[in-house]
Amino acid sequence: MAEVIEREEQAPEVPPSPSLTAKEAKSLLWTPVFDDNPIGRQVLGVCSALAVTTKLETSIVMSLAVIFVITLSNISVSLIRNHIPSSVRIIVQMTIIASLVIIADEAIQAFAYDISKQLSIFVGLIITNCIIMGRAEGFAMKNPPTHSLLDGLGNGFGYSTILIVVGFFRELLGSGKLLGVDILPLITEGGWYMPNGLMLLSPSAFFLIGFFIWVVRAWKPEQVEED
Amino acid sequence: MQNDSIQKTIFVAVALCLVCSLFVSLFAVSLHDIQKENKRLDKVKNILIAGGLYDPSVDVQSVYENKVVPLLIELDTGQILNSEEYPDGIDVDTYDLKKMAADPTFGRPVDADRDIANIRNRPKYIFVYKVMENDKLQRIILPIYGYGLWSTLYGFVSLGNDLQSIQGITFYEHGETPGLGGEVDNARWKGLWPGKQAYDDAGKVAISVIKGQVNPKSEKAKYQVDGLSGATITTRGLDSMLKYWLGNEGYGRFLDTLKQGGARG
Repeated sequence: MAEVIEREEQAPEVPPSPSLTAKEAKSLLWTPVFDDNPIGRQVLGVCSALAVTTKLETSIVMSLAVIFVITLSNISVSLIRNHIPSSVRIIVQMTIIASLVIIADEAIQAFAYDISKQLSIFVGLIITNCIIMGRAEGFAMKNPPTHSLLDGLGNGFGYSTILIVVGFFRELLGSGKLLGVDILPLITEGGWYMPNGLMLLSPSAFFLIGFFIWVVRAWKPEQVEED
Repeated sequence: MQNDSIQKTIFVAVALCLVCSLFVSLFAVSLHDIQKENKRLDKVKNILIAGGLYDPSVDVQSVYENKVVPLLIELDTGQILNSEEYPDGIDVDTYDLKKMAADPTFGRPVDADRDIANIRNRPKYIFVYKVMENDKLQRIILPIYGYGLWSTLYGFVSLGNDLQSIQGITFYEHGETPGLGGEVDNARWKGLWPGKQAYDDAGKVAISVIKGQVNPKSEKAKYQVDGLSGATITTRGLDSMLKYWLGNEGYGRFLDTLKQGGARG
């Protein structure tokens, strides 16, 4: 009897229809990219965005790793959401995320060794990326797996958009290259471009993320918070 | 069972841990061999870069096997060990410089007053690499390491068959600031090294990495290399590292052994 009551009490947490309309799916996937970007709007996950964006290549690999982890952690948390005791739910989420991060890290070390040396500890630090924790706790705990999958992908894309934009400008302006290919010939190698050393240091990512937020808010004024 | 009952909490925790550890160990074990091979190839690649043999279009492994001969030496005495004399636990494929330096049997602490490169520990036995061409020694590649600003830099320096002139330098692991100390990876900076003289006429270590640019008209120009701009402390670290490893504390005795045995050996 007690069990039945328990289930009935939990029922309202699950949305009445688990089926997903195309419009909802689209919104889950695309809202986090510009309208509610995890870095730009919620200002989460900034630390890794500063650390790994000196080159476009590392930005892309880091983005793929985060998309992998956030999507699978969202699905896994969502699948067992009705069985997670609320007293240990954060630890359960952390365990799932940490396991996925280790798997991503091992795979990068096996298949992209040079990049894994450059990313060093930052792949491991995906565990502490607030975006992933935030989606697991804030979304996947309350929604069915398909919704969570799309939400994970969407937030992963949102994070990646910023990383790739920042990585693009930092590599281009800081070392005159894109993906290691010379674009702006450097003075030191007989060209005309004087690389901007600031772009290779972390603070430049702050400026670039600031510009990104400015551009997005100028384009979508409804994101501007009231004082 | 209620979700928040003690039984269910313990059950969920144990089951989750089992499933997660299963996945993690599955991936770790199945990818381990590929990772080990990657590390080995990376080291081989760096040996080839230091030896001036690296060409991205050619298979590193075959170049290594054809031209490079590893040689185990005892650092303190400078003696070369034949492969039958290798101490138990030392093997060219699995040799790990960092582990060996920290190991109580295979490493030893460096006296603080002699530790100019700030390395604290060093291995008793170390592999150096000979580059051979038609059975004649072309170059000798020596592993070096020492502290910069943030991190220990690990790399190789190579000397020509006169055991005097530097042929190349490369670092395979460091954590210096990108764009400043991290410019040790810059091909242009590395290009300043070939042709510099490691020792003066009296046989003393003369090479130095100076702050700023080398005056090409100076008499000392052949012993000096430009420092990295904006990275004073990394530059100082590089300077001490080369002085330590090329000096008597480092490979000095081994190079003497090599000279006595004839540079062909």
